[in-house]
Amino acid sequence: MKTSIKTVRISVIGFGNVGGGVAEVIKRKREEIARKYGLNIKIVGIADLKGVVVDENGLSEEAIMGLHTGDKKRGKMADMTTVGVIKEIEHEVMVEATPTNVEDGEPGLTHIITALESGRHVVTSNKGPLALEYKRLMELAAKREKELRFEATVGGAMPIISLVRENLAGNGILSITGILNGTCNYILTRMAEEGLPYEHVLKEAQEIGIAEADPSKDVEGIDTAVKLVILANSIFGRNATCKDVEVTGITEITPDALQLADDAGYVIKLIGEVDREGCLKVAPRLVPQEDPLNVGGTMNVATIKTDLAGDITVIGKGAGPIEAASAILSDIISIYRCR
Amino acid sequence: MKVSMDIELQDIPGQLVLALEPVSDFGGNILSVLHQRDKKTPSGRIPVQLVFEMEEKKLDRLVERLKDRGVKVVRIGKERLKESMVVLLIGHIVHSDVRDTIDSIDSTGFAEVVGLSVSMPGVDKKSSASVTLSAIGKKELEEALHILERTVNKKGIMIITPI
Repeated sequence: MKTSIKTVRISVIGFGNVGGGVAEVIKRKREEIARKYGLNIKIVGIADLKGVVVDENGLSEEAIMGLHTGDKKRGKMADMTTVGVIKEIEHEVMVEATPTNVEDGEPGLTHIITALESGRHVVTSNKGPLALEYKRLMELAAKREKELRFEATVGGAMPIISLVRENLAGNGILSITGILNGTCNYILTRMAEEGLPYEHVLKEAQEIGIAEADPSKDVEGIDTAVKLVILANSIFGRNATCKDVEVTGITEITPDALQLADDAGYVIKLIGEVDREGCLKVAPRLVPQEDPLNVGGTMNVATIKTDLAGDITVIGKGAGPIEAASAILSDIISIYRCR
Repeated sequence: MKVSMDIELQDIPGQLVLALEPVSDFGGNILSVLHQRDKKTPSGRIPVQLVFEMEEKKLDRLVERLKDRGVKVVRIGKERLKESMVVLLIGHIVHSDVRDTIDSIDSTGFAEVVGLSVSMPGVDKKSSASVTLSAIGKKELEEALHILERTVNKKGIMIITPI
């Protein structure tokens, strides 16, 4: 129980599923966060392609809803740019939740640099800037003595970066192997269960919203590669980019191959693997049926091999607005718990 | 399990039967007997090489029985190819000379393809296969996998390896 309450003002840049989820969990957990951690988290600015809303005293629900639904009558739009909000509105933490762009990292890269240079901590779910410019961004954060946290980028709600850095502190990390893309896991699981061809299951996944209209980033293994790069850089101290990852996707997998794997006691999963010897690889792999990495549906899973604690496996929901917001919220709270 | 065993017999009649009977008694299946009468040991005994298949758990009792009968067991070699792994292939496996693919492993002398199961859904469609590789040790098995990877990569075949 904390007696003094500290106000933490945040901006949310990018107000799609993840940004909306952040606003939702802050609303839902306001009392609990104040009681347990002594923090009063206020959203003072939201910027999105749909518009910008700001209020230095904390945005009203009405204003937030107005932007969320695109109903401009409900909240007055501010005449500011996104970069303007980051620079000029006084706040402590910028939450970057714009979509990932692995080509040049924009607009997230500019947002993160602007926030750090303006003296704000950054919590992001955006993989692009970290996969492309990890070293530069971390150096900038260190120089400005600000935190740059990104638990939401890998494995959604599944804790992995904080788990390794905090709970497993003191352990040497030998390797991390896992399923980091729920869409591919769903497709391979369904193909194996039903003996259906790839194209058929992909269409089914698109119909129920598990795969995107353009599924290439997921099924070709690029999304997994980007997450692997973030793990390689943040946990193994590498300075890797996506070009350093050897990537094979799941588009060639046949129902026959899944059946043959089953006959031999295996399942096929799209596995990302990074180790301290330099391995950085995404490929469909044979996973023994009894291995903890054999999880089905859209779940994510990772096995962390350590020198002291042995193997640790975490399983969790890899995607979803509330799951990503959970990781963002815990990053925000961690910034103030460490101080 | 395949077992190779070197034994030494006294140079008197009836000794070979004395040595082979217990193998049969324990349910073993004798694959080869090499009786080297011309290679006597310094102590005047005759070396014999046996290869047979037997359940591993019965092996210790067999050795005891042989000793009781005055047969000297010099060496026991369990299966030569000790390490094995399964990999999957997807692509035009048969039409890209499957024999050449298998030979690339069998010709190493330290590894063999010991199992192959192919599914061919249609003439123009890609086949899927599971291949079991065996080798004399872990390092050799890894080397055999690298050779197979190189061979199938050249043929445009996808390979799926265990974690």
